[in-house]
Amino acid sequence: MNESEKMTATSPSEKPIIEVTGMHKWFGDFHVLSDINLQVHLKERIVICGPSGSGKSTLIRCINRLEEHQRGQIIINGTELTNDIKNIEKVRTEVGMVFQHFNLFPHLSILDNLTLGPIWVRKMPKKEADEMAMMYLEKVHIAEQALKFPGQLSGGQQQRVAIARSLCMKPKVMLFDEPTSALDPEMIKEVLDVMIELAEEGMTMLVVTHEMGFAKSVADRVMFMDFGEIVEQNTPQEFFDNPQHERTKLFLSQIL
Amino acid sequence: MNAPQATPSREFLKPPVTEVGVLGWLHSNLFNTWYNSLLTVVFLLVLWQLVPPLFSWAFINSVWNSPAEACRDIEGACWSVIPQNISFIVFGFFPDGHQWRPGIAMLLLIGLVIFSKDSKHWKKSLGVYWLVGLITMGVLMYGGLFGMQVVDTDQWSGLPLTFMLALFGMVAGYPLGVLLALGRRSRMPAIKTLCVVYIEMIRGVPLISLLFMSSVMFPLFLPEGVSFDKVLRAQAAIILFTAAYIAEVVRGGLQAIPRGQFEAADSLGLSYSQTMRLVILPQALKIVIPPSLGILLSAFKDTSLVVIIALYDVLKTTKVTLSNPKWTGFSTEAYIFLALFYFICCYAMSSYSRKLEKALHTGH
Amino acid sequence: MTREPAITKNGELHPSSAPFWRDPDKRAIVFQIVALLLVALVSYYLFTNTQANLERQSIATGFGFLDKQAGFEIGESVIAYSAADRYIDALLVGALNTIKVSFIGIVFTIVLGTLVGIARLSSNWLVAKLAGGYIELMQNIPVLLQLFFWYAIFYESFPSPREALHPFSGVFLCNRGLIFAVPEAHAAHAAMGWSFVAALAIGWGLHRWGQHRQARTGQIFPSIRVTIALCIVLPLLAWAFAGAPTAMDVPKLQGFNFKGGVSVSPEFSALLLGLVLYTAAFVAEIVRAGIQSVGRGQVEAAMAIGLRPGQVLHLVILPQALRVIIPPLTSQMLNLTKNSSLAIAIGYADFVAVTNTTINQTGQAIEGVALIMIVYLFFSLSMSLFMNWYNKKMALVER
Repeated sequence: MNESEKMTATSPSEKPIIEVTGMHKWFGDFHVLSDINLQVHLKERIVICGPSGSGKSTLIRCINRLEEHQRGQIIINGTELTNDIKNIEKVRTEVGMVFQHFNLFPHLSILDNLTLGPIWVRKMPKKEADEMAMMYLEKVHIAEQALKFPGQLSGGQQQRVAIARSLCMKPKVMLFDEPTSALDPEMIKEVLDVMIELAEEGMTMLVVTHEMGFAKSVADRVMFMDFGEIVEQNTPQEFFDNPQHERTKLFLSQIL
Repeated sequence: MNAPQATPSREFLKPPVTEVGVLGWLHSNLFNTWYNSLLTVVFLLVLWQLVPPLFSWAFINSVWNSPAEACRDIEGACWSVIPQNISFIVFGFFPDGHQWRPGIAMLLLIGLVIFSKDSKHWKKSLGVYWLVGLITMGVLMYGGLFGMQVVDTDQWSGLPLTFMLALFGMVAGYPLGVLLALGRRSRMPAIKTLCVVYIEMIRGVPLISLLFMSSVMFPLFLPEGVSFDKVLRAQAAIILFTAAYIAEVVRGGLQAIPRGQFEAADSLGLSYSQTMRLVILPQALKIVIPPSLGILLSAFKDTSLVVIIALYDVLKTTKVTLSNPKWTGFSTEAYIFLALFYFICCYAMSSYSRKLEKALHTGH
Repeated sequence: MTREPAITKNGELHPSSAPFWRDPDKRAIVFQIVALLLVALVSYYLFTNTQANLERQSIATGFGFLDKQAGFEIGESVIAYSAADRYIDALLVGALNTIKVSFIGIVFTIVLGTLVGIARLSSNWLVAKLAGGYIELMQNIPVLLQLFFWYAIFYESFPSPREALHPFSGVFLCNRGLIFAVPEAHAAHAAMGWSFVAALAIGWGLHRWGQHRQARTGQIFPSIRVTIALCIVLPLLAWAFAGAPTAMDVPKLQGFNFKGGVSVSPEFSALLLGLVLYTAAFVAEIVRAGIQSVGRGQVEAAMAIGLRPGQVLHLVILPQALRVIIPPLTSQMLNLTKNSSLAIAIGYADFVAVTNTTINQTGQAIEGVALIMIVYLFFSLSMSLFMNWYNKKMALVER
């Protein structure tokens, strides 16, 4: 029985929104993720950390099927992720993702970037979509750039737009793949502030990051991954003050 | 900080059977979706229909080196048309018995090219080697020295002509192209206009029209009594043509040089020609080596057009061979051979250019 | 050496003017004047030589020859032409032949090139390798050699009309060309043509209406599928109502050749085939580079929002890929048009070939070559203008 099975949910009677059971993934011959078991409940904020190559990005990319797993089960809000396209599309409308390199669409204005999903996937009328987009742009404090293009914005601004773009799909869970790693230091704070606001409003989040300050202030659980398995997970206080495994201690000594 | 390496304590399993090995490769590369499987089956069927008959025509029922009559009634390919006529196809009208001269000249050229590929040899001495090599080739071809019989340029034909047209087109066209590129970027309106007009006009018309111009119009431009050899006229046209394309490529390279380089050179007090010679052109020309090789490749392929103005490059010598009644009807075999020759040369050039591009790119 | 500022009569300070050979602006002017003078001198020299030579050889000048009778036949022509027509008519026939082979060639090249380019990126190993092999093969063999090859296939390998190859019913391949059956001329065809145009127009209208409706209510209208359906159904209805003619004009062997049907000469076929196969290889590389230029992150972000593959392609990939594809694509189209001038080597009567005959007959080389250059310059300048306009319109907005 490994570490992840010792953890119990914050409210044991609630069904978890994400359930990963016995998941294995290979890249060719390389066994990149091994026996992943994970349960995420609504409103939980989980920070995933670990050395590079540990599989943390691969794990969250499996959750919205940007990567395929070869063994085990991933169930998101009752839908199991398989090769069935219908299931994949349903999961992607309920799970939002923010990328390390923002990936805004350069040929569309900021507003159009946000309304693309609602109009073409949720089939919203344009006016309604525009209004919702403006609301989310205000939420991330960038409403005045609505008609500009991504190439005209700084990195921190682009990432905030990327967060707003995901929010427009009204996801139940937000995945963050090293959202601040590609930003200049002075822009990291503006993005983290937006993420903290989101967390305080109750968004369920899985965040892969090296920002331990964020983990300490906002996370319900911090998870350490190494060589493709979940080594240890705990509340932030326990995790940082009392790490159980040698490898966790080693990693913490290297980054703190 | 001397951190000890953490080691994994878990077991590394093997992936599921259909994911690896031959089965796995087949699965993920040929049959991974239903329409890919369909495509694979369709293409395999088409190949099955086409390849065996082609193979038996080309290799099994074919004749390789026999007199013409033996070719008449066979079902397969008559490859003999090549070996039986090889000296005409390759050397054209160069007098028999002296064909060792263009032979050595071509070997020298190929040797120089292979020598130049290695970046370790890219020093000033390379330029000297090329100069000496070119002069030697010229002497070998023309004769007159060391008791070698003089062979006029109108007898230069076949493969040596192909190589020469391409090579000199590039060698003479390059400096002209660089000058045109510099002129086009000049702030002097008269110079800029002259260069733009030249470049756009040459690039806008087919090479064939320039070759016509050279063979039909150049004689009219010259005073009575002065005449230019047909080969030289065609060479001039190819040089003018290549220069325009080089100009555009070099212009792209010049545009890629940041303004700061010009400003630094100015602040050091360098003159225009010093700036260009010492600072800008070395950087710009390095950037445009790959596309320049592409233009050399095109020039090499385009030499085949001189067929149309009745110059005897290797394509024309092949055609003439085929018009001999003994060998009529075997065009396919002859053209395939020629295509193979061009393919090998061009493929070598283009893969070298790609390798070079990768190497130069990582150097940036 | 420092220069003392010059003090004028009024006591103002001026920077002293350098002697003109050191003043860069004045130097530039002198340089340009010298350059222009050189060009003028050389032109004058060439001009006087040419005049003298033309007089000596009793060659006329000017374009008066255009009105004279041509006196030669042309192998194939889009419009009616005979040897009794004037030179200018002959040149027009040549120009139309060039446009015909270029236009058809461009259409086929874009289709084939796009397919091969996409195939090159296929996840199917066999398809990707075959596409790659085709591209390498076609790009590295001179186009003229390819034209000779295809022409030789037609002329030598294809049998005479009496023993023509008969791959499908109504289609014949022989050394006189490709001959195939077409529906017999009937009024229904005009009706079908118009109904096709109408289908396109209606499809376009529906697409605009669909866009408005989507903006208002969010419902997506499948305009592409509907337009395709219309383009099939409407002409079919027109055909049915106009009498449903099924008679075919089938080519029949009469004597030494075929009568009836439509025949495409071996010259045209070889030229078209060679040009298309050659240029499509370059287009395939352009399409491949264009699609690959759209970063993987774009596709992932689009998929993460929940867009379907078709939507990802048309909303995110194509707009960005086309920006990268269109400029080099137009230059390849221009190359195809210029390469069509090689028609002279295999006997197709394009503009260069006809002009060449004209030059040979009238001796007026300068006017002839000038005409060729003007016509092709016209093509290439139009293409450049279009490209500049397109680039400006589609440029990505950046800081």
